[in-house]
Amino acid sequence: MSPAKAPPRRRYLADNPRFLAALFMSPAVTYIIALVGFPFVLAIVYAFTDITTGNPELEFVGFETFRRVLADPIFREALGNTFWFALIANLLVVVLAKALALVLIQDFKGKRIVRFLVLLPWVAPVSLATITWLWTLDSIFSPIDWVLRQLGLITENMYWLGRPGLAMTSVIAVHTWRIVPLAAVIMMAGLISIPSEINDAAAVDGAGPWRKQFQITVPLMAPIIAVAVLFGMILTISDMSVVYVLTRGGPTNSTQVLSTWAFFKGIEGGALGQGAAVALFLLPVLVGITAVILRMARRREVL
Amino acid sequence: MAVVEVRGLKKHFGEVAAVDGVDLRSEEGEFLVLLGPSGCGKTTLLRMIAGLEHPTEGDILLGGENVTGLPPRARRIAMVFQSYALYPHMTVARNIEFPLKAQGIEAAERSKKVQWAAELFGIDSLLHRRPRQLSGGERQRVALARALVREPTVFLLDEPLSNLDAKLRASARDDLLEFQRRIGITTLYVTHDQVEAMGMGDRIAVMDRGKIRQLGTPEEVYHHPVDTFVAGFLGSPPMNLLIGPDFLFGFRPEQLLPEGISRDDGPRISLTFHVNRVEYLGSERYLYGHIQGFEANKIIAMLPGTVTLPLTADTDHRFSVAEAQIRYFAKDGGDKIPPQPLPL
Repeated sequence: MSPAKAPPRRRYLADNPRFLAALFMSPAVTYIIALVGFPFVLAIVYAFTDITTGNPELEFVGFETFRRVLADPIFREALGNTFWFALIANLLVVVLAKALALVLIQDFKGKRIVRFLVLLPWVAPVSLATITWLWTLDSIFSPIDWVLRQLGLITENMYWLGRPGLAMTSVIAVHTWRIVPLAAVIMMAGLISIPSEINDAAAVDGAGPWRKQFQITVPLMAPIIAVAVLFGMILTISDMSVVYVLTRGGPTNSTQVLSTWAFFKGIEGGALGQGAAVALFLLPVLVGITAVILRMARRREVL
Repeated sequence: MAVVEVRGLKKHFGEVAAVDGVDLRSEEGEFLVLLGPSGCGKTTLLRMIAGLEHPTEGDILLGGENVTGLPPRARRIAMVFQSYALYPHMTVARNIEFPLKAQGIEAAERSKKVQWAAELFGIDSLLHRRPRQLSGGERQRVALARALVREPTVFLLDEPLSNLDAKLRASARDDLLEFQRRIGITTLYVTHDQVEAMGMGDRIAVMDRGKIRQLGTPEEVYHHPVDTFVAGFLGSPPMNLLIGPDFLFGFRPEQLLPEGISRDDGPRISLTFHVNRVEYLGSERYLYGHIQGFEANKIIAMLPGTVTLPLTADTDHRFSVAEAQIRYFAKDGGDKIPPQPLPL
């Protein structure tokens, strides 16, 4: 046997884990700083100025911008709308997604195709999906109205997006439709993670389906449900595309939410400072919700 | 208390027959062990009796009543799982209380029964803990208390000791058996551990590939195996098997003794044992080798530690086996056959 060649003693740059860590993280960090961090800082700066698109000079006015935003009745309406919209949509999402997750983990013929179809609302681009809803809820040609008319349930059109209550209902329904698939998939993972022997034990211990569902399955899934709600909350509170495409906040601001109001005020209305202040108002709300939900999830996990 | 009976029970998972025609009847208050290698269908059989799996074919009777189509909650059975399956979000007390709640028993009665079951297993000081705060042995006791609190008629155990460490296992075995004797409940116990099976079972059902190969007392299955599978599965080390020209024959490792120290148990057959290797284990000695004329068959002799005779490796020694201890099996299929003239 010939003597083995001595292994090279040189250290390469790629042997240095610190360098590798920095190298691999840099694209993500650059991206976040450029597209999230910079606008975020800019928004904070703008919120303390009275900058407009007509007068792009930074003149600091302290909390004056916030005071003016808060005094606006439309802002308060948008705040209330955001609250109810997020609350109701997420309640619906939790219930429907839980039921859907139960169906999806069952073994049946065509399971794969059903799973694929269920995921479609989530993977379709928001604006495209919402435009199809815009047509579906059209004031004259709505197929829903047509079906209801054929069934003899209505005599004249509903104007789904034209009446305050109905418009909000439509927005909530479309958002629920969009988020349920994501929540269902998250909950499916939670359901699957429950050991099968726990379910067997509950069955042998004499628990019927309802008792098993509400005393075993739901408590054990609580952390996962909390995560699904967290995603749902962030997606409903911070998303503006559904409202923007369907109603543009109308009629008479009845579907105006904080994100659309920030957009209309700051971009379309040109009051950049006020738009930034409205958008910043979302920050403590989302941070608060996130903190509460994550704390709930963790308490459940360490029990 | 009730008798468990299954008739012609089959369970197919797709193409695979997990349980392939089992007939079994327990005695009243019996401790019946289902023993077999993993994948032999013993757990599936137990799960069908519990109602957690639906048989493809056949009937299950509990206390003479046909329960084949009934859900688990209608069967008055209790089951302890390998992982114990305690509800992690409930305290010990609420775990034990759960089956009572499901039965619709009122609160005062429930707490009395929980107290009774907790005292029975010596866990009354743990009632406010959660499962994750308990040791393995404590979890097992909670699982037993939860299973027995509603006084079931049949008790099913699926490898309940396999998650305990070796030392704890011996004492848990003792506790479990003592407890079962005290309340006299019919118990079906699934294990792959033959020491548990031999030590605990009133009778043992040895299973392989979905069928019961032999049902009998520990003595019967150990000393009179019905086929080569049972002979090879039970005993550690297993029965030595020699392939003769027309049939198989074998004997237990402890029956092969050096000439001269043999006990007085009838006529003995002398043979030349070539020892390849000696393994000293303290309480006994294992000798690995082969018998002259049967070089292809590996043979193990197990000598008690009290036999101090010097036996060296790579040497031929004179050994003998009592004729009455030799078992005979058909070459085809391995079933037990009557004694034959030995080709020795």
